[in-house]
Amino acid sequence: MAQGALLSTDARTDVLRRVASAAAGAHAPLSVPRGYRRIGAMQHEERVELFCRRAGEYRADVRRLHAREVAAACAEICGARGVRRLVVPPGLPTAWRPSGVELVADEGLSPHELDATDGALTGCTLAIAETGTIILTAGPAEGRRAISLVPDLHVCVVSERQIVELVPQAFTALAEQGLARRPITLISGPSATSDIELSRVEGVHGPRNLFVLVLREVS
Amino acid sequence: MTTFPEAARRELANDQLRTNLRNATETIRAKRGRAVAELPDWEALRDAAKAIKEDVLANLGPYLERFEEEVTAAGGHVHWARDAADANAVVVEVARRHDATEVVKVKSLTTDEIGLNDALAGAGIHALETDFAELILQLDGDWPSHILVPAIHRNRTEIRDLFARTIAPGITSDDPRDLAEASRAYLRERFLAARVGVSGANFGIVETGSVCVVESEGNGRMCTTLPPVLVTILGIEKLLPRFADLGVLLQVLPRSSTGERMNPYTSLWTGVTAGDGPQELHVVLLDNGRTRVLADEVGRQALHCIRCSACLNVCPVYSRTGGHAYGSVYPGPIGAILTPQLRGIEHAASLPFASSLCGACYEVCPVKIDIPRVLVHLRAKAVEATGGAGERAAMETAAWAFESPRHLSIAQRAGALLTRPFARGGSLHRLPPPLRAWSRTRDLKPPATRSFRRWWRKERS
Repeated sequence: MAQGALLSTDARTDVLRRVASAAAGAHAPLSVPRGYRRIGAMQHEERVELFCRRAGEYRADVRRLHAREVAAACAEICGARGVRRLVVPPGLPTAWRPSGVELVADEGLSPHELDATDGALTGCTLAIAETGTIILTAGPAEGRRAISLVPDLHVCVVSERQIVELVPQAFTALAEQGLARRPITLISGPSATSDIELSRVEGVHGPRNLFVLVLREVS
Repeated sequence: MTTFPEAARRELANDQLRTNLRNATETIRAKRGRAVAELPDWEALRDAAKAIKEDVLANLGPYLERFEEEVTAAGGHVHWARDAADANAVVVEVARRHDATEVVKVKSLTTDEIGLNDALAGAGIHALETDFAELILQLDGDWPSHILVPAIHRNRTEIRDLFARTIAPGITSDDPRDLAEASRAYLRERFLAARVGVSGANFGIVETGSVCVVESEGNGRMCTTLPPVLVTILGIEKLLPRFADLGVLLQVLPRSSTGERMNPYTSLWTGVTAGDGPQELHVVLLDNGRTRVLADEVGRQALHCIRCSACLNVCPVYSRTGGHAYGSVYPGPIGAILTPQLRGIEHAASLPFASSLCGACYEVCPVKIDIPRVLVHLRAKAVEATGGAGERAAMETAAWAFESPRHLSIAQRAGALLTRPFARGGSLHRLPPPLRAWSRTRDLKPPATRSFRRWWRKERS
């Protein structure tokens, strides 16, 4: 693409020159006023309850349980929804893995191979209470972005201590944990469209079924 | 282009459009209102969002260079595009190198703006729109009429009939659920087999070199995750300086746009990640008139826009005419200030007048673009650019009349005399050209036969 590269070099110079001359008169604010809420005010239980309620309002199926109950709950969901082949990321905790269903370890499955599975079971990195959002960053228990996308059902395990109250807290935490450059996916309910006469339809291309299992803190 | 009043007259005659629009704008407006009222710090978020965008514009050059550096360091390729032709050439070249005869596309106003699909078609490459509404429009050769819900002017039976003719022969149901299922089935194999994906972007993060796409259906995730090659086209104004700025923008955008607390899917990626997603990433930084907007001290705030479409839903003009009347991919109040600036005022001189200046758009704007102020500013430029000889003569006459009491008195007497032939039933009808267009839709009392000042002089004498 030698010719293309040459063109790009010229275009780069041109655009940057135009920007410099056009922006000359623009003045920047001395600082960005950050008077919005950046630190949550809720106690632990209140925050967890808010998350469960808000995620539920997006028609995600939210359940609170103990870590030892994950495998059984997942097996029950798979049974009820006819999931026979469940994709799991390589780093998924062994204790979460359900029996009675074929577990397909994701070791670089092709899109077509993924499409031949019925569901995925993953962990997450964070969750946001105020918006009912779960955040995946392709960690060992979360896997590649494609596995929570292509199969029609997604079971996501959230532990209570991963739940922050506010949106800005989530981005601060991602940066602090060194995850800002990872692939990041925010999920708020199952995929949806309102394109026809604004009537909401759940499930277009992403999973039509989202289950969120919230692990009780062991005190 | 067709002027706004001409295009609006055509659109207003479409009953289906007006019914759908009223329903859509009222519903989304109410939802937005509830989502915004829920936040105690909404105004503080708007102030922050506005300042973030001002910061971007004031430091755009250094930010663009830093962004390029970060993307490149993360394994991506950055291309610069002065205009649509530059940008389209990059996409065509990438698709060719991978022998792709089809690319899968995420809904993107920016790619509509540059006419990417036509450019690709010219090179024998099919650009497949994968957003539900965009697919509907593409199948029918139609054009978006709303930023958020582009096919809002079409109803379910029209869409059913279209699908029966095209992607789902034999479909009989017009239930949106079944229609969505038909599009899912049609697109699934195309997603799985796609070799090149094309997207726009909502934000580019300077500090990390990340690209952010906000969506609902999951087609965006499909296009940006499954194909081995991805090209993302980013308007140069779409940058955010810091990763933490997402904490502001990802609150104001979904609540302003769909009226949701958060949209179903938001994706962020930085360059190339081994083993996950596309292994070849191209980011195209697009000018295409944006630096022209940036150079205008008053007008540059139009570049703050995050394409939420809240201003469309509150606009008394848009909610009646719909988007097509604006003759651009950017409709509504934001389109009325963006299009004339991007293209040059002489190419869209009627758009700044497509407003009642009521100010509702400014009130809902999450990044506080003072749209009425920019409209007035552009009206002045439109008059300068298009001559406006009649208007100038009228203003000069007015200036003369107000110069002295004697001039005013002469003008008043002349006015009463000259308008008398057109006064019937206590109001003026059918004034002669060029005033006819004005009088056609307005009632005006004829000037009094005797002015107040003459009456006063008589009373006091």
